[in-house]
Amino acid sequence: MTDNSTQQPQIEPGPGEAQAADILVAPMPTTPPRSQWAEVWSQFRHHKGAMVGAVVFFLIVAIVFLGPFFWTIEATYIDIRARNQGPSLAHPFGTDQLGRDMLARMMAGGQVSMSVGIVAMLLALFLGSFVGVLAGYFKALDNLLMRTTDLFLALPLLPLLLVMVMLFRDPLSKAFGPETGIFILIVVAIGLTSWMPTARIVRGDVLALKEREFVLAARSIGTTNGMMVIRHILPNVISPIVVSATLGIANAIITESALSFLGLGFPPDFPTWGRLLFDAVDYMQQNPERVILPGVAISLTVLSVNYLGDGLRDALDPRIRGR
Amino acid sequence: MLTFTIRRLVLAVPTLLFISLVIFGLLQLAPGDPMAQVPLTVPPEVKEKMREALGLGDAWYIQFWKWIVQFFWVEPQVLVDYVFGTSFSEDKLRVLSWQTRSPVMEIVIQRIPQTLWVVGTAYVVAVLIALPIGIYSAYKQYSVFDNIGTFISMIGFSVPPFFSGVLVIVIFSVILGWFPSIYDTTHQVTDWDSFVVQLRQMIMPVMVLALQVTAQIARFMRASTLDNLNQDYVRTARAKGLGERVVVLSHVVRNSMIPVVTVIALGIPQIFGGAIITEQVFKVNGIGQLLITAIQANDLPMVQTLTFIFAVLIVLFNLIADVLYGILDPRIRYD
Repeated sequence: MTDNSTQQPQIEPGPGEAQAADILVAPMPTTPPRSQWAEVWSQFRHHKGAMVGAVVFFLIVAIVFLGPFFWTIEATYIDIRARNQGPSLAHPFGTDQLGRDMLARMMAGGQVSMSVGIVAMLLALFLGSFVGVLAGYFKALDNLLMRTTDLFLALPLLPLLLVMVMLFRDPLSKAFGPETGIFILIVVAIGLTSWMPTARIVRGDVLALKEREFVLAARSIGTTNGMMVIRHILPNVISPIVVSATLGIANAIITESALSFLGLGFPPDFPTWGRLLFDAVDYMQQNPERVILPGVAISLTVLSVNYLGDGLRDALDPRIRGR
Repeated sequence: MLTFTIRRLVLAVPTLLFISLVIFGLLQLAPGDPMAQVPLTVPPEVKEKMREALGLGDAWYIQFWKWIVQFFWVEPQVLVDYVFGTSFSEDKLRVLSWQTRSPVMEIVIQRIPQTLWVVGTAYVVAVLIALPIGIYSAYKQYSVFDNIGTFISMIGFSVPPFFSGVLVIVIFSVILGWFPSIYDTTHQVTDWDSFVVQLRQMIMPVMVLALQVTAQIARFMRASTLDNLNQDYVRTARAKGLGERVVVLSHVVRNSMIPVVTVIALGIPQIFGGAIITEQVFKVNGIGQLLITAIQANDLPMVQTLTFIFAVLIVLFNLIADVLYGILDPRIRYD
């Protein structure tokens, strides 16, 4: 406005003021300014697959964690007279070879599978972001860290996971008890073998961010490296981290089930979806539904998480947003 | 290009050494005792001698060095002897399995053909299905075909092989009874009938392995074709009056294949990993199944060699992918 009045001094002040006021008033936005997350949410809402995926995923989480409060049969309660039953009113999913209720076992197994998926994802995410930010931000560390990442990417992951489980199963279950020990082992093993993609993506983004003006501005007012990473770099790389979080959950659930399926996961009396599937294979001629139920649960969870991740990627990408 | 290839080859050596060290280090921490199966009546001093005979008494770096010598020096000599009938490897100690007391590589060589047959066929089938699907869904973006294709590839991503494998067994073996649920590796193909039997037993494992690969490659092919369809050279090709067939098949597809070829190369080691599970489901006695039995039996030399073979596959195909990328796309050559 000041530019306008200084460039045109010949115009008398009255109309000039009015014009300036007009310009000030006219483009005034009627809607309140929206935060970035509101934008993301409105974009996300338009992605049908992602919405369905999100609803299905949270539904599964709710059923698995809240279901046991309503379906109060114990997952480990053995009713040997009612073994190998098909679906009925008393046992909607049937019973297994020891007469344990399959619905209760599915929910208990889901809790374990989900917890493993989420905790392993968090660990992988933490490691990946840590390595990625360090490599992207500190030039001296870049080469070393990225070569390490490449080396980890060249490791044969499934065989190594199997070997790790074989080696550390007994010492850890002695130290922490069979359930906690195996839980720690599997979460750590999956986390240690799946942080690399996150590290690469985060490093790339940090490298680009470091050259931006706001980083220079922050540095000019004396921001220390630590504060810079926490206040300025991390909030700006949150979107690739969120996307790899969803993919990480899917990956971790599949890996845990694969380990259980190969007989190298949780102990037999401790249900997970992969373990239930593995146990049911022997009975698939008599009770095929016992194989299908845990399999469908795994696949549905992973499918919904994948769609969720797809939608999040679109919603968090400002180049696609608004289309 | 040659210098780049050589540089990558040289870089692969420390990578492989590092990987073998990691595997070796992990196995050194193993609490399992290979003497656990020996009867209790065997006196301790004899046990100690047996332990030494297995090379367990030495320091870890000597054991590591011995393994490296055996794997990289003695085993190639055995191969040379086998091919040319020479006798370089006489009296030299090979990597021995603790389970069978026979050379690990001989067992691996026995098992590899089964894996290669199933995995190789699955991969070829998957690529042949995936490419046309990817191209067509990109060409008709957001059509019914494209949406269905995307959904199916999402399912292919999400359904793990241990479920899809068991599911096809339930459907095709248990309910319909079309195919055998167990893969018979002793089966010999001699005439048409035995070929049909072979074909029937291969269909299900190949189908399961191919589903995942198809999903992955079709998605990449679709994305890559979409990128290329909007390029200027496509408009030029159309403007000068070329038919759609020529534009898509010889202009767009050729350029879109560049990233996809590397994805195909990088997928090969992955599918060997996937074969571990598929072999377990269909009882194929390939190297994946060998690894599982070796792990359960605490047979460390076998586990180490097999894991290392998987690592070699990964490094090798990474290298091939990089070199192919340079050959196919002159813009990104590194020299």
